[in-house]
Amino acid sequence: MSLNHPTSTTKQRRPDWAALAIAVVLAVIAAVIFFDVARVKGAAGYSQVGPATVPEWIAFGLIGLAVWTAIEAFRGEFPVRDRQELGPIVWVVAGLIAQMLLLNRAGFSIATGVLFALVAAGFGRRKLWLTIPIGIILCLCIWLIFAGLLQLSLPAGPLEHLFL
Amino acid sequence: MSTFEFLLQGLVAAMEPMNLLYALIGVTLGTAVGVLPGIGPALTVALLLPVTYRLDPTGSLIMFAGIYYGGMYGGSTTSILLNTPGESASIVTALEGNKMARAGRGGPALATSAIGSFVAGLIATLLLAFLAPYVVQIAIKFGPREYFALMVLAFVTVSSAFGDSALRGLTALFVGLAFSVVGIDQLTGQTRLAFGVPDLLDGIEVTTMAVAMFAIGETLFIAAQGMRGPETVEAVKGSVWMNAQDWARSWKPWLRGTVIGFPIGAMPAGGAEIGTFLSYATEKRLTKHPEEFGNGAIEGVAGPEAANNASAAGTLVPLLTLGLPTTATAAIMLAGFQQYGLQPGPLLFATNPQLVWGLIASLLIANGMLLVLNLPLIGLWVKLLTIPKPWLYSGILVFATLGTIGANPSVFELGMLLTFGLLGYVMRVFGYPIAPVVVGLILGPLAEQQLRRALAISQGDVTYLFTSPIAAVLFVVAALAFIVPLILRIRGRGEVLSQMAANED
Repeated sequence: MSLNHPTSTTKQRRPDWAALAIAVVLAVIAAVIFFDVARVKGAAGYSQVGPATVPEWIAFGLIGLAVWTAIEAFRGEFPVRDRQELGPIVWVVAGLIAQMLLLNRAGFSIATGVLFALVAAGFGRRKLWLTIPIGIILCLCIWLIFAGLLQLSLPAGPLEHLFL
Repeated sequence: MSTFEFLLQGLVAAMEPMNLLYALIGVTLGTAVGVLPGIGPALTVALLLPVTYRLDPTGSLIMFAGIYYGGMYGGSTTSILLNTPGESASIVTALEGNKMARAGRGGPALATSAIGSFVAGLIATLLLAFLAPYVVQIAIKFGPREYFALMVLAFVTVSSAFGDSALRGLTALFVGLAFSVVGIDQLTGQTRLAFGVPDLLDGIEVTTMAVAMFAIGETLFIAAQGMRGPETVEAVKGSVWMNAQDWARSWKPWLRGTVIGFPIGAMPAGGAEIGTFLSYATEKRLTKHPEEFGNGAIEGVAGPEAANNASAAGTLVPLLTLGLPTTATAAIMLAGFQQYGLQPGPLLFATNPQLVWGLIASLLIANGMLLVLNLPLIGLWVKLLTIPKPWLYSGILVFATLGTIGANPSVFELGMLLTFGLLGYVMRVFGYPIAPVVVGLILGPLAEQQLRRALAISQGDVTYLFTSPIAAVLFVVAALAFIVPLILRIRGRGEVLSQMAANED
């Protein structure tokens, strides 16, 4: 994707707002880096090379890339994106959040079983009254193998304590 | 001669019953997970890393080697039978292999890819064993600036040399580099970009990032495509064995594929897919049956599959001798080394030869096991392809979070998993590559150390970096690897695309 490549700018003259947003995010990350490493600049030694040096180089790189992205966004050179369905994403993300919230209260099996069921729901299996129990039983088996045999430290809850 | 002795010693170590068992578990898990559609070797290795947490370093790395080779094998099965390659390096295999499967010649296609992978893996692993000591000899002479130059070269080839956009590759790399400076600075002990969060002081876990980007990002991406038409799995009809003509047409492509694939993997030249494309083009030019190309030519499966596996062994050369990962899979393997406090590189050959040579020897053994495992058990792997999507992806997420919880049972780590998963999803939607993020994250701190050492020697004079001949050459190669593809994309980009398009349905 070169900058002097006029043929690919045919489809749209409007700027690509999503791509512009990416450029802004890159610039913001660069700004955060500059802001944060300003604290540790004093630690640079005699050679003027310290903990702030490399982060600053990276931040400069990010700014350059932000500008380049913005240029491609205005020229409409970003690839065409397929339509994304939000529903399934909400299910999967909800599953991950549910697991996060439940993990330390209900233990590994229940939390991960709920995750299992919600992800399956995201892919079209919506019978939660069936999939949640299946998921919990499956995850209990996994817990017994990994926490019991392989000694991984997976949080235990009421269900797991039945087996301890 | 000493190489041979070391290799024999390694073989003896790898032949210990426990190590054989680890290798067997590794190749079985690697193949099983690698066969699953949408899961490439990088994710296979990242998902299975936690399984090895409680093993000793040798056993864990041996299992790892098996997982790596198994994942490569599994990917080819997927692409032949499903036409949706689990990994980019199998795209070419899908072109001819899937056509063969549809023509009822799935068995020979799988066989030539399995035997070709075996032949290539065997030759390439031996090349690795005999080449590594020489690279180590050179690597000992490397100072900080040479290492830094080498890493810059790796950054360029991973991010911008290949793939369809230098901008998006570089952006992915710099996102990874930005994440890599989070935590306590290794040289001064200063905290950077941790924002007072204690969980961030140790930096961002490479495995968390890799699992999130590859597993969760991919799951979200597939979910967001909605219910598009289901893929059909081609049944394996007839014999798995190849007839005399298949053998006659396969053995030369295997050897040519190995010769093409190994150097490409061994040089810091990016992923295995380049070798597979080159091998495919070579076979297409040399074949006596040009009319079959595009309709299921066995040479078009044999060559690229051999190249694929040869370059998989090739990437271990820079990884083991220089500590330089040139693919996402190698980056995660480096994380596997680091969890035991081992830093691959010339020193590891001196301080821990049993481990290095045991690993190389176990690659040979894993390779043999895979041949045995793949040909007779192919029916079992095919069954794995028929797992319905909801259960497949639920299972993937269960294992993805299991690994993270097992490594660090904290809600914060799961939050990172979700955040990076969403990042991986957004990057996929906009066509950003994922591998440069992972490579940037793991190689960033190493490159920073070398750079700061070099600049400390020169008291801040940046020109010092370019005044060593080796470093200068490496920087020039890196610059060429950046500029030449930019020019090629303007001129020759359509050619590759049309070649791919011509073989589509």
